[in-house]
Amino acid sequence: MDKVKTIISKEWAEVFKNKLVLFTVAFLPLLLVAMPLIMLPLMGSDPQEMDELPTALVGEMCTGLSQIECLQLYMMSIFTIMFMILPVMVPVTIAAYSIVGEKTTRSLEPLLATPITTLELLTGKMLAAVIPAVAVTWLTYLLFLTGIWFLTSAAVFRALLAPMWLLAILVVGPLLALFSVSIAIMVSSRVNDPRIAEQLSGAVAVPIILLLVGQSAGFILLSQELVLVIAAVVAILDIGLVYLAIQTFERESILTRWK
Amino acid sequence: MIEIENLTREFNGNVAVDRLSLQIAAGEVFGFLGPNGAGKTTTVRMLTTLIAPTSGRASLMGFEVGRDDREIRRRVGLLTETPGMYDRLSAWKNLTTYARLYEVTDVEGQVEKYLRLLDLWDRRYDAVGTYSKGMKQKLAIARALLHEPPILFLDEPTAGLDPEASRMVRDFISELRGAGRTIFMCTHNLDEADRLCDRIAVFKSRLRVVDTPSNLRQQLYGRQVIFHLAHEAEPLLAAVADRPYIQHSQAVQNKLLLSLEDPEQHNPELIRLLVGAGAEIQFVGEARRTLEEIYLQLVQEEAESDG
Repeated sequence: MDKVKTIISKEWAEVFKNKLVLFTVAFLPLLLVAMPLIMLPLMGSDPQEMDELPTALVGEMCTGLSQIECLQLYMMSIFTIMFMILPVMVPVTIAAYSIVGEKTTRSLEPLLATPITTLELLTGKMLAAVIPAVAVTWLTYLLFLTGIWFLTSAAVFRALLAPMWLLAILVVGPLLALFSVSIAIMVSSRVNDPRIAEQLSGAVAVPIILLLVGQSAGFILLSQELVLVIAAVVAILDIGLVYLAIQTFERESILTRWK
Repeated sequence: MIEIENLTREFNGNVAVDRLSLQIAAGEVFGFLGPNGAGKTTTVRMLTTLIAPTSGRASLMGFEVGRDDREIRRRVGLLTETPGMYDRLSAWKNLTTYARLYEVTDVEGQVEKYLRLLDLWDRRYDAVGTYSKGMKQKLAIARALLHEPPILFLDEPTAGLDPEASRMVRDFISELRGAGRTIFMCTHNLDEADRLCDRIAVFKSRLRVVDTPSNLRQQLYGRQVIFHLAHEAEPLLAAVADRPYIQHSQAVQNKLLLSLEDPEQHNPELIRLLVGAGAEIQFVGEARRTLEEIYLQLVQEEAESDG
């Protein structure tokens, strides 16, 4: 465990000194908090806007809410799903740079010459990317909820604190972060350019974006049951991906093939 | 300390290291010489368990490569061809990270010891990216020594360094030599190998020759004595031509160069013979071949035999 902590500490020390990585990590979360909080005060109670909302969704969500509250809840629920994209996107930059960065600076050979196991090395690198992603997601979600508290009614706030959303952010979020990081580490071990690793790993966000589109268009109704199913599926995938990432991390190929 | 038997490594059918067999004793400084692409780094990587041999075996301090890899890594220090430090981090952070990975008990004490020893203490909190090449190399040496390994692998320790930095690194290796560590050093720098190494191997995919620098000189050239004369040396060649113990004779201006099996035994007779033939000898000395001459001779012989 000491070696895992050492790797995490080293990774963070490097990440926090890399302005480009830091900017990439911070930009999306800040945007995600700022956008809804700017939008909320600008929302009106135009009946035409209400007509544009998916009927099935409105029926489920808006019981006992006024028109404006319903509109606010609908918009904010879309943004809440976007908070599930954060743990996918934020760690990709850190994780993608993780192995490729070591290759380009030629620091991987002395690192692999230490008595660290592949499991310890990759656990350290994965956690170094997952922990900030989860922390940033939770922190920005807290800021988001604080803004909601001030800018909407108690009913809307309570609706956004429903167990389904908490489950999505507090459980599915970290699982998605691990999913994204495992793929980024696998890609990073096989390419020589951090940007390629980042782009390929970024594709992991596509299913979440589809979920977002499905929910906003009314094709998919996100429910507590569905979130639980997503959590279970991602957890199983995570176990498989972490195992695969460790099995396919071939020290020898990485050392001898990079140029 | 290090035992290597028929160690072989192939890459896609190309043999990089071919049946290498060697024994290196504890405390020995062993020079591993060879041209670029000879397989020196591959050998070091196999011995430090970074890559696996295709066949053959090697053991370090009784630990088998491929079976006891973690134990070997705990006991060897590796200076890679490029320093490979984390440039954004300070020297302190770099070394404390590695000390923890090498399971050092007194992390801060060991880091301080080597930063002071290598004269980097005052710059310990500066980002390594701001260091000169020589400073980075010293830091990489410190990293290789943090866990006090009994065996040290140095892959081209002075490559790319300016003469001052090279000398600094060489002096430090010389100090390590006195500390009783076993050092396996790959180098292109023949003068460096000559000065630092107890034995030298010339390697080009397979082991060409291995011996002490002085034995290598003797094997190839015998021992050469130079007679400095007050006149041209050419006329004296005939006077010594019939001596059976002279392996090779040559006259260069006022110098007579004679290769002898045993100069201590034959010099007195030769001096008498030369004086009798009218030579005015100013002084007598032993010619010392540089390792570069030996190396080039071996490589040339190898090329001729391959051709």
